[in-house]
Amino acid sequence: MNNNGVWHKSISSKGILAWFLGVILTTFYVLIYWFPEILGLAQNGNENSGFIALFNPLSNFLKGQAASQWFAYGTIYTFFIVAFGVKFMFKYKENKYQLIRTSVVIFCQLILAYLLPEILEGFSNPDHYFAKDIKNMWPLNHYFFDEWHLNNMIEHGGNLGMFYFVFGLFLFIVITPFTTYFLGKRWYCSWVCGCGGLAETAGDTFRQLSSKKVSVWKLERWMIHGVLVLVVIMTITTLYGYFMNSSTFLGLEIYTYFQQPYGFLIGATFSGVVGVGFYPVLGSRIWCRMGCPLAAYMGLFQRFKSRFRITTNGGQCISCGNCSTYCEMGIDVRSYAQKGQNIVRSSCVGCGVCSSVCPRGVLKLENAPETGRIKENPILIGKENITLNS
Amino acid sequence: MEHVVIIGNGVSGITAARHIRKLSDKKITIISAETDFFFARTALMYIYMGHMKFEHTKPYEDWFWVKNRIELLNAYVQNIDTQKKQLNLANGNQICYDKLILAVGSKPNKFGWPGQDLKAVQGLYSYQDLEAMEKYSPTTKRAVIVGGGLIGVEMAEMFLSRKIAVTFLVREDRFWGNILPKQESELIKRHMKEHGVDLRCNTELKEIIADENGRAKAVITNDNKEIECQFVGLTTGVSPNVSFMKDNKVALNRGVLVNEFLETNCKDVYAIGDCAEFHQHPTGRKNIEQVWYTGRMMGETVAQTVCDNKTAYKPGVWFNSAKFFDIEYQTYGNVKNELEENNSEFYWEHEKGKIALHFIYETSTKKLKGVNSFDMRLRHEVFDKWLNNNESIEFVLEHLKDANFDTEFYKKHENEIINKYNLENNTQLKVKKRSWQRIFE
Repeated sequence: MNNNGVWHKSISSKGILAWFLGVILTTFYVLIYWFPEILGLAQNGNENSGFIALFNPLSNFLKGQAASQWFAYGTIYTFFIVAFGVKFMFKYKENKYQLIRTSVVIFCQLILAYLLPEILEGFSNPDHYFAKDIKNMWPLNHYFFDEWHLNNMIEHGGNLGMFYFVFGLFLFIVITPFTTYFLGKRWYCSWVCGCGGLAETAGDTFRQLSSKKVSVWKLERWMIHGVLVLVVIMTITTLYGYFMNSSTFLGLEIYTYFQQPYGFLIGATFSGVVGVGFYPVLGSRIWCRMGCPLAAYMGLFQRFKSRFRITTNGGQCISCGNCSTYCEMGIDVRSYAQKGQNIVRSSCVGCGVCSSVCPRGVLKLENAPETGRIKENPILIGKENITLNS
Repeated sequence: MEHVVIIGNGVSGITAARHIRKLSDKKITIISAETDFFFARTALMYIYMGHMKFEHTKPYEDWFWVKNRIELLNAYVQNIDTQKKQLNLANGNQICYDKLILAVGSKPNKFGWPGQDLKAVQGLYSYQDLEAMEKYSPTTKRAVIVGGGLIGVEMAEMFLSRKIAVTFLVREDRFWGNILPKQESELIKRHMKEHGVDLRCNTELKEIIADENGRAKAVITNDNKEIECQFVGLTTGVSPNVSFMKDNKVALNRGVLVNEFLETNCKDVYAIGDCAEFHQHPTGRKNIEQVWYTGRMMGETVAQTVCDNKTAYKPGVWFNSAKFFDIEYQTYGNVKNELEENNSEFYWEHEKGKIALHFIYETSTKKLKGVNSFDMRLRHEVFDKWLNNNESIEFVLEHLKDANFDTEFYKKHENEIINKYNLENNTQLKVKKRSWQRIFE
């Protein structure tokens, strides 16, 4: 594996090609979210035309109905994860961790997030849609507790709907804390998640663009935890409305003041338009790093109660900076490694690339007992009068 | 307020400055003529290959120095007046110091070859060397690299990343033969050839020939063969960069002579890192240590002394690392290029010839002396402890899983390794399961 020429190529170093691609991606997201008719989505009982119509045959085959813009989007999305996932596996062919991780992330997208839900969709009443990606949990799936979604799962969804409802709760309340304790949030963020899946595959070309400035880290902490607070408030109002049978919360219309702004600003604009549209200039994980409330939730466990860490190998770091440069989450890995300190950060998604690009074998992702996980004042190995902290 | 001036902004000088700041409120000035800010010299090759940009090689953001009140001065020191405690700069200015730390590093060796000062003939040490390599690369079809060591391999990898052919001249009969045992030399030699390096052992540089513009156009080897090339890399080691001090009072040999406290013969003048030469090394190693890690340790140590906590330089178990194209190398303890008397060795190599471990131990006591590791990552802390505790080769092999630092899911080789040892030594050793308790104790 090597990164020869990454900063010489226009596409991967914020050159003209990168900006061009950024404009195309952003435009595509704006169209698919808000102006799907321009892409040819059927209007007023007509048939699909143009771009969306291209997906009709596949949609008909999988679920016996014409393609929606979401079907088109999901198909393209999955195609990119599979295609660039294979490319990623070629690049990291010597690294078994990367091979296994990428196979899993491709499987999760292709089967769990795409084929299975689309096929199941064909068996259910299209008027009672609910999210059937079994691994997409609240709060990343922010509409999980919306009244229409709960009703479609519980009242109209039959056994399947009830299963998705119970599993969704269980995934958030029980499975996530436990797995994050034992494995770190990587089990989700870089192994299972669709957003992470795209970032790790199609986004790999752009991972080095994330900012490593301390000021951006500070901004990150405010933003991601801010979004977590917002989604919790939004969900509380939603549940209040559901159980109280009310459309207002403290006199404010729940849809207008809570659900709609969150869905528009965070759910669509931040995670989609900015999150993917800006890949070529801000790096591939801007949403995961700055906005994803699920990442924030798991990050709290990872930082304070988990066995996961990136171990620094004694005094072997040469401060070259490859680890920091290729950290898609913008963690200044080197600042820890050169002090002989383990890396314990709420944002680390455990992709393992810092360890792969390290030329001196200094970094290892591992799950180990919590004692000694965080060393506040490490001493660099190598000298006898070891009272000197680095 | 006492003024500490440090000449050189490499890892030694910068580490000293950081630690002086941690320990005191002294005024600190770092002078360098190379770059405005500290960067990791070890990463020069990655800039050339496009893995990183220069800014990525800076371990601290630019505001760090202001925040920590460490003044950075881009200037060239012409000479040192230890009487007046004053530095004379090339720009005509003077700077006074109360304490002076020399961390001026090295420069590539040149052994008087005809043509050694031609254009496109150089080593790779400084940022300026990198710039020159960049400048000559577009017009280079073949580079000849002289001297089989670490920088030479880096240079070869750099050129090959830009499809520039490389001929590598090695004086000894094997690669890096003054450091590596024969088995490892062979392993790396094979690997370099796989990558397309034209490696020629037992071959020395005799002369470099110039074209009409004063640029290298060919080399002649000691067997009178001419090799056409447009670039000659001189990577036959480095020497302390002390020539600017030759008329000063600071005592020099090859480097700046220091005692175990890193003090020179002049009061309040210290030397650390590549440029320091011990009268006698505190632990009997070579008197000049030109390694990233030792520079860093000397920086930490001299900061204590400068801040009135007189501390001797006491390096612990030797360690080092490198990378030869795709193969990582780590070493702990003492592994010499030739097996010494009263010592025995145990060498294991994976069937594909890219992973290897080489243990050296005392024949009579079986006490482990050192290990070389190729493409198998080993835990520094664990080997540091084993070597300090004088553990035996057999103890080490039985507990080898504790020291494995390879990436998760990588194939483990401990059983194969111990089976080979058992076969060679008629023993019945068994590998123990990894124990976090042992690793962390």
